[in-house]
Amino acid sequence: MVNVTINGMNVSVPKGSTILQAAQRVGIHIPTLCYHPDQSIKANCRVCVCEVEGNRLLQAACSAPVFEGMVVRTNTPKVLEARKTIVELILANHPQDCLNCIRNGVCELQTLAEELIIRDNPFELMIRGYEKDTSTPSLFRDPDKCVLCRRCIEACSVVQSVNALGIEGRGNNAMVVPTLGKDLIDSPCVMCGQCIHACPVGAIGEIENIEQFLAAVADPETIVVTQIAPAVRVAIAEEIGMATGELPMDVFVNGLRQIGFDYVLHTNFTADLTILEEGNELLKRVKEGGTLPMFTSCSPGWINFCETFYPDLLDHLSTCKSPQQMFGALVKTYWAEKMNINPAKIFSVSIMPCVAKKFEADRPEMRDSGYKDVDIVLTTREIGRLFRQSGIDFSKLPPSNFDSWMGAYTGAAVIFGASGGVMEAALRTVYEVVTGNTLEDVNFTATRGFDGIKEATVDLNGLEVKVAIAHSLSNARKLMDQVRAGESPYHFIEVMACPGGCIGGGGQPITKRNQKRVERIEAIYLEDEGLPIRKSHENPEVKVLYDEFLHEPLGHKSHELLHTHYHDKKKKYL
Amino acid sequence: MAEELRIVLRNYGKIDPLNIDSYIALGGYKALEKARGMDQKGLIEEIKQSGLRGRGGAGFNCGQKWQFAYMAPAEQKYVVCNADEGEPGTYKDRLIMQNDPQSLIEGMAICGYAIGANQGYIYCRGEYPYVVEVLNQAIAQAKDKGVLGDFDIEVRMGAGAYVCGEETALIESIEGKRGEPRFKPPFPPAQGLWQKPTIVNNVETFANIPVIVDKGAEWFAAIGAPAYPGTKVFTLTGDINNKTFFEVPTNTTIREIIYKLGGGIPGDRKFKAVQIGGTSGAFIPEAQLDTPVAFDAMAAIGATLGSGAVFVLDDSRDIVDVVTRIAGFFEHESCGKCAPCREGTMRTAALMEKIEAGEGANDDIALLEKLGRVMSYSCLCGLGQAAPTPVLSTIKHFKADYNAKLL
Repeated sequence: MVNVTINGMNVSVPKGSTILQAAQRVGIHIPTLCYHPDQSIKANCRVCVCEVEGNRLLQAACSAPVFEGMVVRTNTPKVLEARKTIVELILANHPQDCLNCIRNGVCELQTLAEELIIRDNPFELMIRGYEKDTSTPSLFRDPDKCVLCRRCIEACSVVQSVNALGIEGRGNNAMVVPTLGKDLIDSPCVMCGQCIHACPVGAIGEIENIEQFLAAVADPETIVVTQIAPAVRVAIAEEIGMATGELPMDVFVNGLRQIGFDYVLHTNFTADLTILEEGNELLKRVKEGGTLPMFTSCSPGWINFCETFYPDLLDHLSTCKSPQQMFGALVKTYWAEKMNINPAKIFSVSIMPCVAKKFEADRPEMRDSGYKDVDIVLTTREIGRLFRQSGIDFSKLPPSNFDSWMGAYTGAAVIFGASGGVMEAALRTVYEVVTGNTLEDVNFTATRGFDGIKEATVDLNGLEVKVAIAHSLSNARKLMDQVRAGESPYHFIEVMACPGGCIGGGGQPITKRNQKRVERIEAIYLEDEGLPIRKSHENPEVKVLYDEFLHEPLGHKSHELLHTHYHDKKKKYL
Repeated sequence: MAEELRIVLRNYGKIDPLNIDSYIALGGYKALEKARGMDQKGLIEEIKQSGLRGRGGAGFNCGQKWQFAYMAPAEQKYVVCNADEGEPGTYKDRLIMQNDPQSLIEGMAICGYAIGANQGYIYCRGEYPYVVEVLNQAIAQAKDKGVLGDFDIEVRMGAGAYVCGEETALIESIEGKRGEPRFKPPFPPAQGLWQKPTIVNNVETFANIPVIVDKGAEWFAAIGAPAYPGTKVFTLTGDINNKTFFEVPTNTTIREIIYKLGGGIPGDRKFKAVQIGGTSGAFIPEAQLDTPVAFDAMAAIGATLGSGAVFVLDDSRDIVDVVTRIAGFFEHESCGKCAPCREGTMRTAALMEKIEAGEGANDDIALLEKLGRVMSYSCLCGLGQAAPTPVLSTIKHFKADYNAKLL
């Protein structure tokens, strides 16, 4: 331990601690901007500077290690002047449109300006005048708002190993730019949106589809149908002032009716369906000597990653569409028929924790219903905004049930939202299908947790099935390289593009710490445990779907509506 | 006083730089042989005792720095020579490398032995391709002669970025990355090139080493100012008669350099100011000319020795105009990594241009002072910390020149 004095208070902290960590111990909050708790130290914004006795230079609290006898002052006039001047400098080229910025109220720069009591900025406002990049259907970049903290670059390069963002130019011309081209669409960006969570301001954000939603609701002829992904419920609570997981599902359903949805259905329904299709696909590949290991295909950021970086391994991807797109194909065919609704009048909206889903819904191959299968995708954040717009007090809202035929779901579908969940759900079903035995304990705990790569071996009546799970693309890359080298020992691999799985998706409430992702995972498993049915193949509405419409997994109709194919999207120079 | 004393330029004009034998004939590589006969600790102690301080600008005790790298446990360590001589008006490192490359190589090899490194790099300024030629030939000859033993040296070229003279930006550049400084600590002797213990010394520092080993710490420590012993090479530019270079003991005064060695100001002009140490140096007025060119004496008047550039201005020069151009230089050379430098150099240039254009007010000067003050202790690296010095020192000593341009 090292003894340090901070603002006259003595504190002992472990060797190697920074001033920032030591100050937290004594309850002193030091303002930061480039600092990110789950990233490497950057020390480039200089907002966290402090005075250290014996040193003429101010020291960045985020990077300066403590030493025995160190005397630190965090709020001297010298320190306050420095911090204020630095933030004034940053604000002096930052667009002053906070009121209509996508990050209004969730902006670290706004918070800093408030904390440092910035009023009249002595520096003349000089906006740099970069063009906004709206080249992708998922993300926009607004470089004028960039504060050059470089957290997005680390999220993209280190967490995701995608390297779609880099820095160009120097001095005041330095800017975070897409690599390999002018716009994000030219870069290897997989549209996972992890850069959004990393960004302290509104320099990167989701492309909103709120106006299209409101227009559909306003049109009396249009029937607005929604599907909700499993990871949305646990996190939407954070958008409306409740604790993670606290909003009951049936109250959430009523909230969706309040903002104008005519029918509220659940992506969980097609998550269960995915398990039946994908589980059978796996068994078929194992039995018939098909391409192994097989990879899950639910995560659109992951699909983009495969198509961009591993086009030689596309045969390893399950041909199953994601639950969102299975739902989209069915809602305008099976469900429309069952409900006696003209599919041309259906406006299909999916509510997702994801921004890559927006891109996925726009894929030209996703029109198997004869229409655009999913018309628009709204993220958890956008739904939060719509809830606030309608002024709903969820503590007083009565519950409401899902609508029929594509609203029933099992615990197996719920856990799709957490890394390892698809695998666990698949194992629950595959085990019973192969062995004919009832699973005594449905919990496969080896597939759970926040480790980057998890693995397990399951004995299916003498058939040893080796599985692996990766979340975040840098971990996926390790497993992919193994496959490419012909050294992969696995039969089945689950990959989720985002850290923690969908609960950490790019469309979720702005998430700075992985700890928040862990909390959401806990809420997901809690929901699973509380459900009466926890195996996908026992979903009663899925049984009806097979009896009346699909007839069998991997059958003719399934292939037509529920399966897809992938494309080589390798970029030049990559 | 005011006489030249050539230590680092000891072989200038006396040897053929492209012939190692002429270096050896004048006693070259005897020091390396002697060093290798000493134990590492003893050698480092000798360098420490000599009082040699880094000639790159920061003035850190050279032996102490070596000791940190020696003590750092690692299988691989590196010796890096900072030859990214980017300060306008400075060419002392080029003089050494072009005329006596073996003294630099020998100094690096001694350092390599002292800290336990077998690999060295010379990071040479991008604008010096012809120097790279000389260095490569010299290294090849030293290898052929076998004098380096298992110590190897490679030359790496910069690409013109001023900030790469900052040691950690230089390291990043050698690693093939964008030339941007790292935050410190950790310092390079603990974690430097490829995160291994690394000594980064200036060309002039290394050129001192063989002589110190050869003649002993005591001999060196007795030369010049006691707290900053030895000599310093100065390159004279601007309004001065002898636009050339001199190597003088560090107790020589600025006045002696300008008036005795430099031959004073040309024509009937009067002295106005001198900027010492390169673009980021302070502008020194007449009243401070009796300051000795030693690190601490210069620091006491808010100035630095820096690279040893001596830029003299006569009374026909427009100080505000000169400083405005300097501010533009820093705006151009800031790497853009840290906020106060990225934004601050740009704002400083804009405010200086405003004043220079006759559109400034007292508030602008006050803002320049506040901004410069904040930059000087908040910026990530020496570039941003020193960039305001010309502005602050001229506002302090030549305020009337500013006032004359205000609205």
